Amino acid sequence: MTALNATTSNVRLTAPLSRAKVGMACLIFMESAFFSAFLVTYLYYIGKSPDGPQPLECLELNLVLINSVCLLSSSITVVLAVRSLARGAMGAFRLWLAVTILLGLEFLLGTGYEWWGLIEDKGLTIQSNAFGTNFYSLVGFHAFHVLIGLILLIGVFILSLFGFINPARDHQRVDVATWYWHFVDVVWILVFTLVYIVGRVPQGAPA
Amino acid sequence: MTIGSGHSSLAPLPGPSPRGRFWESVMQWAISVDHKKLAMMYIGAGLIFFLVGGIEAAFMRLQLAQAGNNVVDPATFNQLFTMHGTTMVFLVGMPILLGFGNYLIPLMVGARDMAFPRLNAFGFWLFIFGGLLLYFSYVGADGLYGAGTAPDVGWFAYAPLTSRTFSRGNSTDYWILGIMVSGFGSMTTAINFIATILCMRCPGMKLMRMPMIAWMMLVVAFLVLVAIPILTAAQAMLLFDRTLGAHFFDPETQGSAILWQHLFWFFGHPEVYILILPAFGFVSEIMPTFSRKVIFGYPLMVAATVGIGFISLGVWAHHMFVVGLGPVLDSFFGATTFLISVPTGIKIFNWLGTMWGGRLQFTTPMLFVTGFVAMFVIGGLTGIMLATVPMTWQLSDSYFVVGHFHYVLFGGTVFGIFGALFYWFPKATGRLLNERLGKWTFWLLFIGFTLTFMPMHISGALGMPRRIYTYEVDRGWEIWNLISSIGVPVQMAGVAIFLWNVVRSLRKGEVAGDDPWDAWTLEWSTSSPPPEWNFDRIPTCTSARPLWDRKHPEDPDAHYE
Repeated sequence: MTALNATTSNVRLTAPLSRAKVGMACLIFMESAFFSAFLVTYLYYIGKSPDGPQPLECLELNLVLINSVCLLSSSITVVLAVRSLARGAMGAFRLWLAVTILLGLEFLLGTGYEWWGLIEDKGLTIQSNAFGTNFYSLVGFHAFHVLIGLILLIGVFILSLFGFINPARDHQRVDVATWYWHFVDVVWILVFTLVYIVGRVPQGAPA
Repeated sequence: MTIGSGHSSLAPLPGPSPRGRFWESVMQWAISVDHKKLAMMYIGAGLIFFLVGGIEAAFMRLQLAQAGNNVVDPATFNQLFTMHGTTMVFLVGMPILLGFGNYLIPLMVGARDMAFPRLNAFGFWLFIFGGLLLYFSYVGADGLYGAGTAPDVGWFAYAPLTSRTFSRGNSTDYWILGIMVSGFGSMTTAINFIATILCMRCPGMKLMRMPMIAWMMLVVAFLVLVAIPILTAAQAMLLFDRTLGAHFFDPETQGSAILWQHLFWFFGHPEVYILILPAFGFVSEIMPTFSRKVIFGYPLMVAATVGIGFISLGVWAHHMFVVGLGPVLDSFFGATTFLISVPTGIKIFNWLGTMWGGRLQFTTPMLFVTGFVAMFVIGGLTGIMLATVPMTWQLSDSYFVVGHFHYVLFGGTVFGIFGALFYWFPKATGRLLNERLGKWTFWLLFIGFTLTFMPMHISGALGMPRRIYTYEVDRGWEIWNLISSIGVPVQMAGVAIFLWNVVRSLRKGEVAGDDPWDAWTLEWSTSSPPPEWNFDRIPTCTSARPLWDRKHPEDPDAHYE
């Protein structure tokens, strides 16, 4: 009993890690495994579509570059939002968060517009060939995760409008939520590189 | 020693009427976020699925008992082995082991609950509904032979057998969605395990003081986070193939059937370590208690566990030696598979070192974990045989393989689970299971298990393929199949005695008290069953055996750290 109560030197009393951070890190770890399956599959199928629409003739860079700039810069604006919140500047926080959400929306709408063009003009569908199958699956799953991230950010935004966000109490929680947004951006860098740069090799010359 | 005990609640609380009380308690369980209640529901549901999967196996053994038997038709046989494998892996092994993790982790690291209790409940209900979705296929799914067709593509669902062409109707879609949903449950549980172990340990509970089981569960949780998403991704691809006409796995349209095998086994091999590592944990807790010694080589055990976790991610293609991957890949995956026997061997020797010179008490849990070590060694040795590429060329898809993995999954995981059930039942319910009935259970299961699975090595070596629904008279397989089938009723008797033991002990078992085994980990410091908040005061510890320190203040472990 005395051993129990004695505060010995090798008993540490501080909690080392935040549950929220560890939980979010685990979620991101898990999602990375999920995307790695689709990325590897995409890589495997590059140059293996003898028939149907080809990457080089379907994919154009102009629109997707605008989308990418929007999505990647939204990572910066969301950092600015969190920093404003940590300072207690609620107005700036809402502004930067709204900008982030708009940039994310642009990405989703831009992707939708690109898909419309691919389906209507180029005739590329998920059924066309291995390229279509992989393109829509990988880019689609990424867009789906952007949507999840957006719902998360919009939720935070609505809470802040109704005054439920307390800077001192919540800025770390909001910070953890934005980790997911950064993750979605990083995945986009990989997807963009694989699909629009590596994947646009001419037929017959696998990367 | 009544440290931190809550109120004892063996007697039912007085309520308004029996009916009202019944629904009240159903509601209490249904909306509970208490890790102990969720854990017991996990284990209870897993045991029910264990009976279902066992009945499926019994029908298969009945069919194969004699040559040319006609108990079930070939289509039903395909459904039986598919559902048996899927059930035992996803609806028995995973939930029971994750259930034990749920029950034990907070108690062992000195926390009041898991890190995310509501996420925990969410994961449990996902698992239940995933399992029910899979089994609904028996009434709801369409197949080649009309309505009520369960999945019949094997638990690994090899392409192109799963394509629309060869798997008509939607039974395969039930397989995909049921497993996907319960997989989401496993992933949320894994997140909870990691966050609890890393963030919720009580003061003084350094990582290297945690009970071995917490280490095992930590590694298992990481494996779940790596492996299950790969399966989910592969299943999403398969779903796209089947419902949207995509071309991932259909060779006729430039898809690759081998890709499915790679993705599936990249999940599948870590999965077998997900199923065995928690059982290693049970052995590492039970064996020291009944040897009256500390675990031998704790740091090496931890290192071996982490090592197994890493190596298990690089061995998957040893399931694919007959595909024709080429000599380089075959050699690589053969070599990594040999390599994994090193950390596993370290564990075996550490358990033997724990028993060596100890005052052994052969209670039922100890019998089960001793049986575990012996049977697991046999399964490990046949595993090394199968890691040798030319031997797999000879034995792949034969009953030898069936014998091998049942030695590790039944002789390993299931024996570990039974040991754990006998060991922690008094903590969860406040009453001990009957020892005499427990020993009957052990010996019947042990003998039945050996009768069933040992002859499979011989029939497999004689060339009997897996998954055949019947065979001809002149192959020399009859006697071995007959012995295998005779083992089944023996095992069933063992399980029946266990169930009777549970029912009987819940009502009039010997009252356990807080610490019936004189053990050393923190869960035994609170009352049996523990209060909802686990500990009245958050405990502190100064060594790996906090309860030893309390019982022996004159000679605490901390002096030797």
